[in-house]
Amino acid sequence: MKILVPVKRVIDYNVKVRVKPDESGVDLSNTKMALNPFCEIAVEEAIRLKEKGIATEVVIVSIGDKSCQEQIRSALALGADRGIHVQTDSSLDSLPVAKLLRCIVEKESPQLVILGKQSIDSDNNQTGQMLAALLDFPQGTFASELSVENDIVKVTREVDGGLQTVALNLPAIVTTDLRLNEPRYASLPNIMKAKRKPLDVIEAASLNVSLSSNVKVLSVSAPAGRKAGIKVADAVELINKLKNEAKVIS
Amino acid sequence: MTVLVYAEHDNVVLKSDTAKVVHAASQMDSEVHVLVAGSGCADVANQAATINGVSKVLIADSEEYKHQLAENIASLMIEVGNGYEYLVACASTVGKNFMPRVAALLDVAQISDIIGVEPDNIFTRPIYAGNAIARVQSTDKTKVITVRSSAFDHPGDGDSAPCETIELKIQSEKSSFISEELTKSERPELGAADVIISGGRGMQNGENFALLEGIADKLGAAIGASRAAVDAGFVPNDMQIGQTGKIVAPQLYIAVGISGAIQHLAGMKDSKVIVAVNKDEEAPIFQVADYGLVGDLFDVLPELEALL
Repeated sequence: MKILVPVKRVIDYNVKVRVKPDESGVDLSNTKMALNPFCEIAVEEAIRLKEKGIATEVVIVSIGDKSCQEQIRSALALGADRGIHVQTDSSLDSLPVAKLLRCIVEKESPQLVILGKQSIDSDNNQTGQMLAALLDFPQGTFASELSVENDIVKVTREVDGGLQTVALNLPAIVTTDLRLNEPRYASLPNIMKAKRKPLDVIEAASLNVSLSSNVKVLSVSAPAGRKAGIKVADAVELINKLKNEAKVIS
Repeated sequence: MTVLVYAEHDNVVLKSDTAKVVHAASQMDSEVHVLVAGSGCADVANQAATINGVSKVLIADSEEYKHQLAENIASLMIEVGNGYEYLVACASTVGKNFMPRVAALLDVAQISDIIGVEPDNIFTRPIYAGNAIARVQSTDKTKVITVRSSAFDHPGDGDSAPCETIELKIQSEKSSFISEELTKSERPELGAADVIISGGRGMQNGENFALLEGIADKLGAAIGASRAAVDAGFVPNDMQIGQTGKIVAPQLYIAVGISGAIQHLAGMKDSKVIVAVNKDEEAPIFQVADYGLVGDLFDVLPELEALL
C-alpha cells in the first residue's frame, strides 16, 4: 500500500508572530520556518505503518516555492521514501491546494492520504476534507488512532465530548490530531541519507488547475491586547475581588 | 438571499452554540433558516424553532444522519442548501468536519472560524493562533462559513418558527459508524459554561484534578486543561482549551498551574475575567490575568474551596 503525505512549511511554532505595520500580512522575513506540527504527526504515522509492513512506500508532497524542499527533506530524513515538490510562488488558499493535491493523488494512486488537520499559520482546517470531497473519498478527520485491515481503515476521531470511531473504505483520507503519535527526531545519518532520496519537481502551472480564490485578505492586524491586571496577596483577597470588584461570583 | 444554519445537537438537545451561530448568521441576512439533521431529532427542531431570528426550521430525520458522518451530511447540506447565499455552521468538530466538503463540492472557498461580520461580505477571523486577525472579503456566489460561537452572544428565545420536513436520505457506501465513547459529566459543557477552571502541567498528575472539582461544583463551573496537561496524559483531550482544542470565552476563567503558552492563550484570552494561580511569578499567564495569585496551587485550591 502506498501512502501519500502532503506537508506544509510554516512559521516555527515557538516564534512570536509579528504583524507588518502596513497590515498587509505577517512578517516572515528572517523567521525560523519548520514542518507544520500536525504534518509531522502525519509523516510519523505513515512511517510507522511502513515499519509495521502495512505500507510499502511513503511519498511526501509539498506545494510552494523552492524553500519548501527543506521541509520535504525533513520528512525524508524521518523515513519517507521520496518527495514531490509542486512549484509555485503564489500563496494559495485551501481549495486550490486541494485541487493540486487531487492531481498528485490521481498520478500516484495512493491507498491512503494522511494530512495534518490544520496548519498553524492560516488555521483553516480545510485541505484534507476538501481533497476528500474532490476525489469522492471517505474521510476520517482529527484522528487519534488508526488501523488498517484489508481494504478498510478504522479511524478513532477526537470529537467534542469524546471519541468517535468510523470505518472507511480505501482509498481514504485521514487527518491527524495531536494524540495520534509522538513524532521521532531525525538522526544525523538519516538526514545525510535524505539528501540522496529522489525529489521530483512539478510546476503547478502544468497541472491545469485554477489557483485563484474569491476570498481576498483586506488586512491583517494585531488583536486587541489584554492588559495585565493586579496581583492579589491570597485566596481571601482573590474571592473578595471576584465578588465585589469583578462581580463574577456571588 | 437567505442563510442556512446547520444545527448542532445530540439528537435530543440542541447545543447553545447553534443559537450563537444564528446570531452571527442574522448579521449576514435577515432571513435565517436552520437545518436539523439527525435521527429521532424532532425535539431538537422544536428547540431550534424558538431561537430569536430563526424564520424556518428544516428537519431531515433519518438513520443516515444519526452520527453526523461528513460524507452524508455534506451531500445533504448541498441538496438542501441549493439557492441559499450563505451556508453556515459552528466551528466545532462537526462543522469543521463536513463544511470544507460542502465548499469543495460547490467549488467555493470556505471562511473558517469567523469572529465578526461586517457589511459587503467582509468577515474577521483569527490566524496564527489568534496572534493576528485577518479581515477577508468574499465574492463567491455561495459563502460557506464556520463560526467561532464564543465570539457571539446568545440571541435569546422568541416565537416559534414553522418546521418543514425534508424527505431526503443520503447514505455514502464508503464510510460507516462503528462506535462512540462520550465523556459523561454532570458539569456544563466547556462551550456553554459561564465559569471554567482549568489545570495545567502544574497539577502534576490526573488525580490532582480532583482539587479543581470541589471548586467547580461550588461555582457551577466546567473543568478544562492545557495542552501540556493533556500531552502528559493527566486528562482526556476533549478537556483541552487552546489553539488545537476548544476556544472558550466564559465570564470567569481560572487558570491553575498553567504557564500561559501562546497556544493556550489562543483558546481563552477573550474570557471576561481571567484569574491565574501559579507559583512562578514570571509565568506569561500573569500578563493576561486580571487577578494573579502567586502561590502553590496545593495550598491555594483548598483555601479557595473553603472560602466559596
